[in-house]
Amino acid sequence: MTTISETESAAAVTTPARDRRGLGLRRVRWWRVVVLGVLAVYFLVPLASTFWFTVYTPGTHTFSLAPYGQMFSAQGFGTSVRMTVEIALVTIVILYLLLVPAMIAVQLRLPKLKPVLESLAMVPLVLSPVALVVGVQTVLGWGLDQDPGTPLFQLAADLQNQSFPLILPIVYVVIALPFAYRSLESGLRSVDLKTLVEASRGLGASWPVTIWRAVLPNLRSGLLSGAILTLALVFGEYTISSILQFLPFSVWIVQDGQGATSGQLAPAVSLLSLLLSWAVLFLVSFLGGRRAVGRPDRSS
Amino acid sequence: MTRLLKKLGAWGAVLPLLGYCAIALGFPVWAILWEGLHQTNPTTQQTTVTFANLTASWHGIYLTGLLTSLRLSLLSSVISAVVGLFAAYAISQSRGRYFKQAVLTASGVLANFGGIPLAFCFIATIGTGGVFLSWIQDVWPSFSLETFSGVALVYPYFLVPLMVLTTLPALDGLREQWKEASANLGGTSRQYWRHVGGPLLLPAALGGFVLCFGSAFAAYATAKALTSGTVPLVTTQIANILSGNVIAGEDNLGMALAFNTIIICGLMMAVYLPLRKRSAKWLES
Repeated sequence: MTTISETESAAAVTTPARDRRGLGLRRVRWWRVVVLGVLAVYFLVPLASTFWFTVYTPGTHTFSLAPYGQMFSAQGFGTSVRMTVEIALVTIVILYLLLVPAMIAVQLRLPKLKPVLESLAMVPLVLSPVALVVGVQTVLGWGLDQDPGTPLFQLAADLQNQSFPLILPIVYVVIALPFAYRSLESGLRSVDLKTLVEASRGLGASWPVTIWRAVLPNLRSGLLSGAILTLALVFGEYTISSILQFLPFSVWIVQDGQGATSGQLAPAVSLLSLLLSWAVLFLVSFLGGRRAVGRPDRSS
Repeated sequence: MTRLLKKLGAWGAVLPLLGYCAIALGFPVWAILWEGLHQTNPTTQQTTVTFANLTASWHGIYLTGLLTSLRLSLLSSVISAVVGLFAAYAISQSRGRYFKQAVLTASGVLANFGGIPLAFCFIATIGTGGVFLSWIQDVWPSFSLETFSGVALVYPYFLVPLMVLTTLPALDGLREQWKEASANLGGTSRQYWRHVGGPLLLPAALGGFVLCFGSAFAAYATAKALTSGTVPLVTTQIANILSGNVIAGEDNLGMALAFNTIIICGLMMAVYLPLRKRSAKWLES
């Protein structure tokens, strides 16, 4: 730090223009520390106090990490987690089956459609989940208004099967679209897709083989981070599943999980899942190899 | 001929996605519109077209809810947009690769972090009996997490990361050479931001702001868990109507309220998309 300012002040003697830039740079550094410091406090203090709340019992002045162990034995934990994981997997599979071919095709052949896709991927960010779920509930209600036995009634009933409500992944695909799109987009940018596909096709590989063996391995970092974001979203989603009256993990933790341990269990679980998904995402972001990391991330 | 086939094949890959969105997004929206404009008479079971629901949704407590929602979203998104922009600039200037990746991935997770868990975090911090409540009340005696200002303090927790995510690409797209060119021509730092950097960033920054606004407006679970309904918001009102806490015959009012939020979502997109287009022109190459 001292050496930098020394050279800058030395340069300032010779060229006034450099001096102004140097001052600008130093001012930037100063407020950078302030901005990042304030944000660090704002973002870390709530997490730290949540952790404190989960391990410290004020009445007895005791510390214990018990809530982090208890979550696994709580009543209904296994069922709700299994259901949520299944929902998340189905969501990710549908999402990628739709999104990957579409994005590759747009990148290679239909660049004019890119703005359409991009804006479509933005809509769920501003569309209220409550409004969406009102509509979904209405549509399901119409199905149940049909006579029992008709295909439409059966479809509406099957979609709301309590043990595996297929309607949830169908809606979650829409909600997760912005995040998956963003991850895949940044993956696609770090690969020269056109050359890759031309090389593979030129060597005689069919389209499915090209996608599976040449394109997807190059996109694995983007695919993985999109999948993790989707998983985190499904695990945290509360609005839609609670209004449709299903009991996945996020709803269970609020309704049933609280009684057991004076409310320490639920924050412990959400804290753990937040840190876990961030850690995995962070590690995955280095999977893409040097090229993906060396370039600045320009996902938009 | 082969070109045509190639184009057809590409369309074949895109159409499933478009079709899925048309069904999964379009069907519910259409259902809201249809139900919002109809009313079933409970005695005769006759369904008639009516604007009564829509009119009711623009009056009384529902108007208050809508206005409070708009005020809350505006306040929290203005704060988040300004803070997020500075944060994104500070991050884009940093050389540390690990730091940058850590912040980027954290933004991705936190932009998604909302609802009950987020409410838990803040209740444990500055809620009743929270660890730091006395600190806050030293400087702001009337502060309570269950009020309008309390919610406005919590929302930036997921809005600032969203702003960072949307503006960081544009900030990374600002080339160092442009700054050098401006400096070589004798431009000061202020002149650079006034005439080069600012105009280039403005569309992306405004776009990020619009997204923050829309996302704050759409939020439901966070506000509900924090205030349990004491701050009237349009999303909590919809959920209340859905769960049956209404006067009989007002079932379709929820649809009308949902319809209002969709209109506002549409307005947001109408503002955002042209901005997106303008910023893409310069910064993507």
